[in-house]
Amino acid sequence: MTWTAILAAAVGCYLLKLAGLSLPARVLDHPLVERVADLIPVALLAALVAVQVFADGTRLTLDARAAGLGAAVVALLLRAPFLVVVFVAAATAALLRLVFPGW
Amino acid sequence: MPDPAPDPSDPPPAERRAVVRDSLGVGIATGLYGVSFGAVSVAAGLSVLQTCALSLVMFTGASQFAFVGVAAAGGAPLSGALTALMLGTRNTLYGLRLAPMLGFRGWRRPVAAHLVIDESTAMSVLRPTRELARTGFVATGLSVFALWNLFTLAGALAGNLIGDPRTYGLDAAVGGAFLALLWPRLGDRRNRVVAVCAAAVALGVVPVSAAGVPVLVAGGVAVLAGILTRSATDRTELPGR
Repeated sequence: MTWTAILAAAVGCYLLKLAGLSLPARVLDHPLVERVADLIPVALLAALVAVQVFADGTRLTLDARAAGLGAAVVALLLRAPFLVVVFVAAATAALLRLVFPGW
Repeated sequence: MPDPAPDPSDPPPAERRAVVRDSLGVGIATGLYGVSFGAVSVAAGLSVLQTCALSLVMFTGASQFAFVGVAAAGGAPLSGALTALMLGTRNTLYGLRLAPMLGFRGWRRPVAAHLVIDESTAMSVLRPTRELARTGFVATGLSVFALWNLFTLAGALAGNLIGDPRTYGLDAAVGGAFLALLWPRLGDRRNRVVAVCAAAVALGVVPVSAAGVPVLVAGGVAVLAGILTRSATDRTELPGR
């Protein structure tokens, strides 16, 4: 099942790329298509951040991951590069769990 | 890459070298974070082979992180696949903008399509000539592809050795990675509103749905916002007509 999903999603992602290089550019001329297409990554990424940090299965939780996200925000405000942001988020959560096991 | 025949329309070699140098820099920086993808993916329960297959065949970072993020939350693989595909739609937009710039025909087009990602688009779309756009696209795309896959494998192997990923905060790393991908778009006020609404909707849906579904529901916020902002713009434009 996991393999099926991986291959279907991977091939689908490739076809989405190929469609972009092959379709006539005037598809983008429709303003609604362009706006929704610009907003979809924003909505999905924001939802992924929220669910990744504040959900555990079907429960809402507040734990060391929230502190990690806070640290990531600080790193981003300081214009840290991607890898540093990811590292700071992980290190913050790891340190908190070291001090408060079970968090 | 073979040297092209000298042609008066070719950009000066120095200009080309500068584009290649910048592209390789982006390629190295991006490829390195394949380590975090590899580690997060095996922590989410995927095998090393599945992790490498995602980087080789899917090859678009945000979709890959989304797929394993849903898997980590215990979501159905189908939800992960749908989320990955929805995030992959932005590569279609990149392709639409790149196609006239790059002008690839024949066998080059399906090969180039695999390299259409955030970074290769950013490094080619603003070039003054087709040659420089192609140089930026190919140099960035190929260097990211090679290093992203190499470091995915390294991260996946290391991730398997280190035990419980929560000890190292790897579960928090995913949230940080998504936020870093989202951050550059938050300068725009409408994007900030959409982001906050989407996050709130997703969290509201969490207690009443299977893992993976909240993110898909939040995608609806984008569609709704797209429709609503059109009617708002239409109204403000009316008096001017």
